[in-house]
Amino acid sequence: MGAGHAHPLHLDHDSRIHRLPAEVKIVATLLFTIVVVITPREKFVAFAGYLLLLVGVLVLAKVPPLWLAKRATIELPFVLLAIALPFAGHGERTEWLGMSLSIDGLHGAWNIFAKGTLGVLASLLLAATTTTRDLILGLDRLRCPQVFTQIATFMLRYLDILFDDARRMRVARLSRGYDPRFLWQVKAFAVGVGALFIRSYERGERVYLAMVSRGYSGRLPRPDGPGATTADWARSATLPVAAGIIALAAVLA
Amino acid sequence: MTASLTVSDLHFAYPDGREVLHGVDLTVGAGERVALLGPNGAGKTTLVLHLNGILHAGSGSGSGSVDVAGLTVDPSDRAGIAEIRRRVGIVFQDPDDQLFMPTVAEDVGFGPANLGLRGAELRERVDEALAAVDMTAHRDQVPHHLSFGQRRRVAVATVLAMRPEILVLDEPSSNLDPASRRELAEILRSLPVTVLMVTHDLPYALELCPRSVILDEGRIAADGKTVDLLRDPELMRGHRLELPFGFDPAFAR
Repeated sequence: MGAGHAHPLHLDHDSRIHRLPAEVKIVATLLFTIVVVITPREKFVAFAGYLLLLVGVLVLAKVPPLWLAKRATIELPFVLLAIALPFAGHGERTEWLGMSLSIDGLHGAWNIFAKGTLGVLASLLLAATTTTRDLILGLDRLRCPQVFTQIATFMLRYLDILFDDARRMRVARLSRGYDPRFLWQVKAFAVGVGALFIRSYERGERVYLAMVSRGYSGRLPRPDGPGATTADWARSATLPVAAGIIALAAVLA
Repeated sequence: MTASLTVSDLHFAYPDGREVLHGVDLTVGAGERVALLGPNGAGKTTLVLHLNGILHAGSGSGSGSVDVAGLTVDPSDRAGIAEIRRRVGIVFQDPDDQLFMPTVAEDVGFGPANLGLRGAELRERVDEALAAVDMTAHRDQVPHHLSFGQRRRVAVATVLAMRPEILVLDEPSSNLDPASRRELAEILRSLPVTVLMVTHDLPYALELCPRSVILDEGRIAADGKTVDLLRDPELMRGHRLELPFGFDPAFAR
């Protein structure tokens, strides 16, 4: 489903990874992340191995590294938290550049940084190679409860409209000489959120009427199309299986 | 000529006591195009929502009956209501309310899928409906990225895909630029279905509908040739209907 206009997290071109069905990519990303998270934090080599695997995916998906790096900055707040750990940590301490650092804290920081980065990169690669629509379809094929996929479907459709509404309301406020400064802005924001809620609520009712008029009886039709083949599953399994082997080797070595 | 739609002695009051319909009688023959005119608050929308059983005597208090091509609207008969909703295709005023699925093709397929169509048959319906409104090229697009006129046309397609007996349009020309307005008129004229068009746009009614009815204060106040109604200044003024400046129905082609 070429959605035409790309989402900021989606890279709209064709590659071997883009062509894989969404559900196998979701499962592969999930399993990979689990392997990363359960790897003991001292096995530094294993994390280097995982990173190499992701670089492999990146090359196959033809995602520019800089493009990915920019979006990975979403992780920064967590990294900042991790930086505090070596200073605040307890236990055995070490001296470095005149600073007293906790060994346990250093390990903790590394743990957050390495696992967080790998998880974020894996998710970003999934988002870059799969449209939001396909992600929802994939979840649906993975038997995710329909309530969740229905909500996500409507979010996907109406989020843009909601943003447009919010933007128009803001422009209308500014046009009437409203000058938002810090504290006043909070109030206008709150009022705006209230107005948006009422608007969305009313729209919800109208949408429901339109749906009922077209025979809606509680279930969205499941779009049919070819599901994942065994070959797709096998191909996508390469990532978590390779990660699992690296983890085992690191733990046993 | 068999009637597509027969409304007889329809009364309705909302649960809050607001009486809206005071005995509406209306017959629309198969293949006719009829404009439903009337001032704001005349009960036009309430009448429209009765046509496919969304509102009925039970949702407030009321009496009277609605027949669609020989089938009486009976809210207690679930299968009957499903068939009524297939036969009566309502195109709502705001296409954003009508188009709730992530892509155009999925949205057009929503109605037929609710009727139980799947696979090739469903795709055929979608293609046919999109072709009828000349939107085939946009089938995989996100509704949000279409122009307003295109969205209105897709909204018509969503209803056409159910192969309705009668197409009910709520303010089809509102918010359209003149070119989209003309394109929609051409499409509506080419469709082989009965059309009931609720509108304030009198030139549009004159252009598309040989016959018009005026609904005011919950009753049909006039029923006749559109050109005759528009030429009667007394009647028009009596029901708060006004022609645009400089428009004389006598000179319209």
